[in-house]
Amino acid sequence: MARMLPEPTPETRHFWEGCKDGELRLQRCTECTHSYFPPRPFCPKCGSRDVEVYAASGKGFLYSYVINHRPRPDMGTEPHSIAVVELDEGPRLMTNIVGCPQTPEALQLDMKVQVKFEKQTDDISLPLFEPAKG
Amino acid sequence: MKPKSVAVVGAAETTKMGKIPDVSVLGLHADAALNAMKDAGLKPSDIDGVATAGVSPVELAQYLGITPTYADGTSVGGCSFMLHVRHAAAAINAGLAKTILITHGESGRSRVGAGGFGRNATSLMGQFEMPYGVTSPPTMFTIPVLRYMKTYGVTEEDLATVSVIQREWAALNPRASFKDPITVDDVLNSPMIAWPFRMLMCCLVTDGGGALIITSADRAKDFPNKPVYVLGTGESVETPMVSQMEDFNSSKAFRVSGKKAFEEAGIKHADVDHLMIYDAFAHLPLYGLEDLGFVKPGEAKDFVRERNTAIGGKLPMNTNGGGLSYMHSGMYGMYALMESVRQMRGTAAAQVDGAKISVCQGVGGMFAAAGTVIFGNEA
Repeated sequence: MARMLPEPTPETRHFWEGCKDGELRLQRCTECTHSYFPPRPFCPKCGSRDVEVYAASGKGFLYSYVINHRPRPDMGTEPHSIAVVELDEGPRLMTNIVGCPQTPEALQLDMKVQVKFEKQTDDISLPLFEPAKG
Repeated sequence: MKPKSVAVVGAAETTKMGKIPDVSVLGLHADAALNAMKDAGLKPSDIDGVATAGVSPVELAQYLGITPTYADGTSVGGCSFMLHVRHAAAAINAGLAKTILITHGESGRSRVGAGGFGRNATSLMGQFEMPYGVTSPPTMFTIPVLRYMKTYGVTEEDLATVSVIQREWAALNPRASFKDPITVDDVLNSPMIAWPFRMLMCCLVTDGGGALIITSADRAKDFPNKPVYVLGTGESVETPMVSQMEDFNSSKAFRVSGKKAFEEAGIKHADVDHLMIYDAFAHLPLYGLEDLGFVKPGEAKDFVRERNTAIGGKLPMNTNGGGLSYMHSGMYGMYALMESVRQMRGTAAAQVDGAKISVCQGVGGMFAAAGTVIFGNEA
């Protein structure tokens, strides 16, 4: 059983194209400067349609998470994190933390993390996060 | 709405509860509806309004032989029934219908006549949450809690204490699924589901249903049972994606819905004798106590540990044993409403002596929606 993968829509395609190109693309409002996620062609804060896509830093911190222990063959055989990262630009997103033990000791809230794109298919790469280096 | 303008005149759960492999989802709706009509001394032809979630109100009306002038299919998860009560109150006050039936039935455990779980990979959840392993309540509802625990110094023992106290209530309820006492250690030694949640911090998965009948307060005295008046109601929705909650320490939908209900009812927190807070997981009563304003942010863990919500405490909460020990079919809100109504009628298994006001707080989805109903038993 394969991991469930996203099917992009016209409003989200830029995000998934960005992941494929190794870039975490957010949107911001050109009127009120609010950065937001998930993608949509208008600002959720002020309603303006004047928004732009930009490349985010890919840096943030671990905001909250769980470590799933229930069987999930599509996610591998070991317990795995399901995490929310708060990006330096403000928005939060769901992800997995990789590149470290999947334990409460290794996964400390507020630790710095950085994006790591993991290719799933020719069309889809997922933005996962790993502990920040240095 | 105007307080005490409508009342519950019929209320009943399904004949059986827990494991019901011989009844379908639609059958559970009908069983609960027939029991509620019997409770109110009514026939299907006396009902002119229907509301339900899970199945369509069209399906329900046709199956029961009802010709409604009002139908509400609001479906926002487990608190849908709180919203149905609120909408029914507005509808009766506006003259859209006189006698409204609200039903719930779910074959959560046996899955008889139950639909599959949909996975839409084009939805925002399908694109931005499910690919990371988020698919079921234990990996969704639980996501905010580590942040909440860090912010307020809440421990695993605090979460476990919620489960322990609810089991004490369940022991008084012959219909509860789990009645044997448990300790904090039992909870902390139960199997890990999704860190920091252990099995005994998660709700049951059972079969059952319930139904309510609501009419105007001026007709309510003509029914066989003591009327239970609706004093105030609230509702709100926030986000289908738990990762996009505005604040992981608090539910905005809870705050908005609760505030509205208290304002409508014109009551203070000190007036409340009995409280139900939908407990799909052990952290929900803690969020609920704070977001409804019974305690300040961060104080719920101490409030519960000091046994204020336990038997003999000043604010008895989840007196049926809750979703953690009584039953949880999937959309638990109806059972919370049932217990509030029983407490107001004076017929609960763990009756709170002299209770006059009950607050019933529901949640829908994973902090996606909320509904609040405040009941009273004095006209």
